[in-house]
Amino acid sequence: MGRDWVMTSSGEFQAAAIVSWAEAAARTSPPLRVTGVVKSFGGGFDPTRALPWRRNAKREVPRRVVDDVSFEIRRGEIFGVIGANGSGKSTLIRMISTLLLPDAGEVHVFGLDAVRDSMRVRSLINRVSADPSFFRTMTALENLLFFGRVYGLTPGEVKEKAPEILRRLGFEWERALEPMSHLSRGQQQKVAVARSFLTSPSLMLLDEPTTGLDPRSKRDVQGFVREVQRDHDASILLTTHDMEEAELLCDRIAFISGGRIVAEGTPLELRQKVAGGRPVEQIDMEDVFMELTGRSVEEDEIVEPVTVGA
Amino acid sequence: MVGLAEQLRFPARPGRHALVWAFIERQTNLWKRYWAWEVVWLVYGVVNTLAVTLIANQVDQSSVGQSIDVSRLVLFLLIGTLVWAFLSAVLDDISLVISWERWEGTIEHTLMAPVERWLHLSGMVLFGIMHATVRTLIIFAIALPFFSVHLGQADWFAATVVLLVGSFSVAGLAIFAGILPMLYPERGQQMSMMIQAFVLLVSGVYYEVGVLPAWLRMFSYVSPATYILDGIRSAIIDGDSLIDVWQQLAALAAFGVVLIPGGLATFAAAERWAKKTGRLKRQG
Repeated sequence: MGRDWVMTSSGEFQAAAIVSWAEAAARTSPPLRVTGVVKSFGGGFDPTRALPWRRNAKREVPRRVVDDVSFEIRRGEIFGVIGANGSGKSTLIRMISTLLLPDAGEVHVFGLDAVRDSMRVRSLINRVSADPSFFRTMTALENLLFFGRVYGLTPGEVKEKAPEILRRLGFEWERALEPMSHLSRGQQQKVAVARSFLTSPSLMLLDEPTTGLDPRSKRDVQGFVREVQRDHDASILLTTHDMEEAELLCDRIAFISGGRIVAEGTPLELRQKVAGGRPVEQIDMEDVFMELTGRSVEEDEIVEPVTVGA
Repeated sequence: MVGLAEQLRFPARPGRHALVWAFIERQTNLWKRYWAWEVVWLVYGVVNTLAVTLIANQVDQSSVGQSIDVSRLVLFLLIGTLVWAFLSAVLDDISLVISWERWEGTIEHTLMAPVERWLHLSGMVLFGIMHATVRTLIIFAIALPFFSVHLGQADWFAATVVLLVGSFSVAGLAIFAGILPMLYPERGQQMSMMIQAFVLLVSGVYYEVGVLPAWLRMFSYVSPATYILDGIRSAIIDGDSLIDVWQQLAALAAFGVVLIPGGLATFAAAERWAKKTGRLKRQG
């Protein structure tokens, strides 16, 4: 590194040295470190209240959706964040994805600050969300070409890698030439998984990737995630409210409830926390969640406010 | 896929032209898929051009027409409608930068991609200009046989340069308009359309800006469309050369210098605010 800096004489060379430094730092940093992150929605400045007919409108009360969350993902592990719909999982994922700024705390991806160095963080991550989110009238291939290109892949690379990934997900390549709107929900989600893994992200964010899938599609996606982790040592953050899936895929799990992490550990460690003398193999994760959070996944529902009147 | 050791090398940054092209190609694919809407806008454009320009023919047949150069009026209105067809297409395509993503549900995936926003917007601007050019040329080709106009004096080169330079200043305005759907997910697009309507009113599309009330005419000076229309009409109707239209070109260049960097900076500030308030998501 030192020699790189001494030899620097042009802007271009200097930039190369900075990238090398960042790479070196990234190699010694955990894939993801979330420290004391807080996020609230609502209650901010509302200019529409200046309008005469809005003066008496009910003021929105700010609500903390993510509350002092801290955790760290180790290299090559699948870390699960388990909680009900509205418990803050997706908000957390959106902050890591650089789409949302935390009110407090920090998110570091391979040592890079997700707020200050968002562009470099984006090149290291990718995401699968519960909703496949595609250009519906474009074909699966056109979608993959677009999303591949914006991550720096050439059309040739996309056409070389995509069929193999889709085959492993149990998706017939011929259907990639059909508009997304012609594909079933399960098939769309497989294309979404392929879109994300196509770019070989160093950190993969899987936000309820199997929600709403039929059992076979769910098995295909779960099998693929395990295969990628096993063969490619990938680091993955998985959010889900499916206890069975969490136990099947995750090396470590954090329970999130009301925006707070209430417990963290391996599935075995979490069971041991609530065992109270019972054999751990007799305790299922749903019971562990209920005992540690005081409620079931189904009843722990908080809905993130939708911006109205904007 | 690659192993972890390889993954920890930062991916090579793709060339800027490749990123810009990604957005042009995507918009072209969407344009092809939504071809029925394109036909609707094309028919609307042709009908609007004919309906407005035919007013000049009526003037020709009425008594008030005797003291009017009707041929000039036809050309005046024809240029106005065609240039507006072009500018409104550019304004639409660029100002929809966020709305497209929301409609399709891709906003989060597109905006988290490692693409600098100015490259993203450049792709949308270039697509908008190409799209508007194709649509306007088709409208022009269909509408022209309806009128007897003399175009021998026209300086097409000067007109093209004015339109090209003007396109970029209008692009700057459209970037400003594109911010609104990001800040106001439910009503932002309507606000953008109101800006477009106001530009139509004050820029002298169908009449000289001199007929506007004085207080409204003030706005015509700060609308780039005014200078585009003025420059193109001078070049086509009066046969003015590039040197003759330098004032309009200088004004348009000045607008571009102010509006494009200003639009990009404001877009960046708005995106940061949207990230703070959680507006960068599919449902508002």
